[in-house]
Amino acid sequence: MARHQGRGMASINYPIGMNLGGDPSQALVHANPDGKFTVALSAIDLGQGMKQVSRQIAAETLGVPIEDVYVDTADSDTGPHDMGSFASRGTHRVGNAVIVAAKEARGVLLEAAAEELEVNADDLVTDGKGNIHVRGAASKSITVKAASQAAQFKQGKTISGRGIFLIPLSTVNPETGEMSPVTAYAHACLVVDLEVCDETGDVKVNKLTSAYELGRALNPKMVEQQLVGGAWMGMSHALYETPEPYYPNPEHGGRDYNEYLMPGPGDIAPHDITVLERPAPDGPFGGKGPGEMCANPVLPAVANAIFNAIGVRIDTLPITPEKILRALKAQGGARPQVRRA
Amino acid sequence: MLEFRKDLFADERDDNLNVIGKGEQRQDMLGHVTGRTRFFDDHGFDGLLHLKVVRSPHHHARIRSIDVTAAERAPGVKRVIRGQDVPLNKNTLLSLIDFGKDDEPTLAVDKVRYKGEPIVAIIADSEAEALAAVKLVRVSYDPLPTVFDVQEALKPGAVVVNETYPGNYFEYHDKYDHQKLRFGDVEAAFRTADHVIEERYQMSPIEHASTETNGTIAAPETNNRYVVHSCAQGLFFSLGTTAKILALESNRLHFIGGTVGGGFGGKVDSLTEPLAVLGAILTGRPVRYVLGREEEMQFASPRGAERHVIKDGVMRDGRIVARQITSYFDAGAYTRLTSYGVVKCVAHMPGPYTIPNVRGDAYCVFTNRVPATAMRGFGVTGVDFSIEVQMDKLAHLVGIDPMEFRILNAYRDGDMKAHRRVAHNTALIECVQVVAQKVNWPLSETARRASSLSGGGGPRAAIPPTVTDESGRIGRPETRQAPPQLTPGAAPLPAHQPRPVVPVYQPPPAHQPAAALPNYPAQPADAAPLPAPAPPVPNAPAPPQHGAARFSSVFTRRR
Repeated sequence: MARHQGRGMASINYPIGMNLGGDPSQALVHANPDGKFTVALSAIDLGQGMKQVSRQIAAETLGVPIEDVYVDTADSDTGPHDMGSFASRGTHRVGNAVIVAAKEARGVLLEAAAEELEVNADDLVTDGKGNIHVRGAASKSITVKAASQAAQFKQGKTISGRGIFLIPLSTVNPETGEMSPVTAYAHACLVVDLEVCDETGDVKVNKLTSAYELGRALNPKMVEQQLVGGAWMGMSHALYETPEPYYPNPEHGGRDYNEYLMPGPGDIAPHDITVLERPAPDGPFGGKGPGEMCANPVLPAVANAIFNAIGVRIDTLPITPEKILRALKAQGGARPQVRRA
Repeated sequence: MLEFRKDLFADERDDNLNVIGKGEQRQDMLGHVTGRTRFFDDHGFDGLLHLKVVRSPHHHARIRSIDVTAAERAPGVKRVIRGQDVPLNKNTLLSLIDFGKDDEPTLAVDKVRYKGEPIVAIIADSEAEALAAVKLVRVSYDPLPTVFDVQEALKPGAVVVNETYPGNYFEYHDKYDHQKLRFGDVEAAFRTADHVIEERYQMSPIEHASTETNGTIAAPETNNRYVVHSCAQGLFFSLGTTAKILALESNRLHFIGGTVGGGFGGKVDSLTEPLAVLGAILTGRPVRYVLGREEEMQFASPRGAERHVIKDGVMRDGRIVARQITSYFDAGAYTRLTSYGVVKCVAHMPGPYTIPNVRGDAYCVFTNRVPATAMRGFGVTGVDFSIEVQMDKLAHLVGIDPMEFRILNAYRDGDMKAHRRVAHNTALIECVQVVAQKVNWPLSETARRASSLSGGGGPRAAIPPTVTDESGRIGRPETRQAPPQLTPGAAPLPAHQPRPVVPVYQPPPAHQPAAALPNYPAQPADAAPLPAPAPPVPNAPAPPQHGAARFSSVFTRRR
């Protein structure tokens, strides 16, 4: 009877966007007379932060403060078409559509400002604080609000923009599988430290240490939320949950959160995360999408750590105490492998 | 805890941005934390009706008769909907992108193909009255034999689950019973490998378990349109699916959603929208159709089970020279999105590694279980588990540290991937190096100096001569390659087999010079050119498993 320490690792990559493309997203951006912007989408916020990431991308592109932008989604009467929030496509596809729309709106805003300032629009820059000024001459300026009012009430211009992003659908070769799946990949490596009880088969995850490469963390707080939550889900997939614990026997499915096992608050392990940013050439400000891939390295890293702890391989998920005990029995007890660092 | 390594790839980024890269609070946070955010189910309507469905108690059965007379007379019941009331009672989700054949009814008519399949919908004044009337519907069944294992389902003569696909497999390119990946010649490479191992991995289904269950409220508007409060992960995807099933022009539907209580892939299937809207059409009243927790957990589509059999050829110095992956995706009774996940899986093979010979065969298989759907990491999570446990075993087998082994085989900028596109923007090596440093995992000097930016391309960018074949033609299961010899047992799963202990690679202490480690070349591509491939022989018997003997000299085979 002992608790055996183990450490395991895994490294992965993950495709961003719908496989083979063919999944457009659209965005509309417009300003009210005071230079406050609305981004109209039909993208879905599942809690992952679709609204906020679109808002930050729009504000950055427009060159206005974040509080001057709100995102309205999703209403099929007002929001233009979007394929949906899945396949790690939201940030990449919608973000790019928002950039196109916001650039068009910004172009009109700067034209309106140029007309008021009697300068060339190409010479104008925004300060991100609600002002537009001549490059290198901060005193020759106009507020976004004044430029917007002038555009609408004096010049008859609509400060608005339309955007679409599409990677056209490609085909798959039936014989070789040749295809163009996606244009960007995120990456990760993760180490799990855990301990296995050879009496009960219980696995306690003590620590996760990871590096995730995400293109660019457009909002680090939301990235952290995704990675922490996603790694928790990976832990749950690895050790706890399934509606068919004896698959392919279809019985014994949980009916509620009492019967369907997932890690509880006491099972959560500290997660030490490092973010790397290698911008995707076609991503919005280089962004990829951390939403799906963050769970993936945890499953194999847990399995590998269990092997490191007790010397048995469990190749079927989830790795329940029952499977561990059966494997230990078949092996004749735990055989701890070499400790790593 | 989250930190950045801004020093890495710094020259590829402009970090002087105003809003991007800032942890700004979400615009919707205040509503979320005060409980004021409105989700689909927070929209009240006068005269709201409630819809519940009668579900099959059988995994597979012919429907002899359906008697709804008692249910129609039950208190509060406003309408009973049957399959014949659904304008187009056969659909497949990906028909919107022209992929696959319509194979799934909204309400079963002649046959049920999984336990929990909806047969009749009841609309009543209250949920309780709808549920009471559900119990009064009398359905007479002739139970049919079932199949639950993917490899059993693929055998000739297996029970036919879904008559649209009589071989129990999705049909790819109107030609094959699976999707192929062919890159180089794995058989030739297995013959040259120092070790060949074949292992089988299984991921069971997984429930999304979102806090908010699937549901829809649909109501007639005053302009001959219907407003639909939806939890869909794809608003127009669900609108299009609903319009198709109900034979409506798309602009008669006004979908509102966008704020969803968790999805993870479990709200892509439009499980409730079509029936809720049909209910609103047939009653002229607002109709709410929301799955209860038990319905959601038992009968809403889960992540499907996956089985991956991986056979690798590896050299003593750690280079993987061949990888063959046979994958079985359990779609359940209907296609939904599994056909797509299979192709995504094939694109992901052989993982983030540069391997000169790769063969993949991935099947979308129909069984008598709840139809599977997408879930976080769709098409990739299961194969990543399999590949990365396999990588650990391979590293162990050749006595190389697992991180060193990853870095040695990692793909780099300029490498050719097995789906014949050049890799760029790669960063696997750096992720491994950063984690190694954080946990004081000793790496050799070579591994510490490796980079995604260099050492790739050149000979690693080549597309090797490739052996192709016609195995697995539709309707010709005898032309398939011999399936892996591992046969699944009936549940419960058999106990794990013990393995002999093999010599363990001893990592150096943190400060020991790198001399003790294998001194592999910077470009680990297979140096020796492969022999020219023999022309494929149609319908030839499966080649012998060359690796078996070599493998058994190292490990005992798992049954």
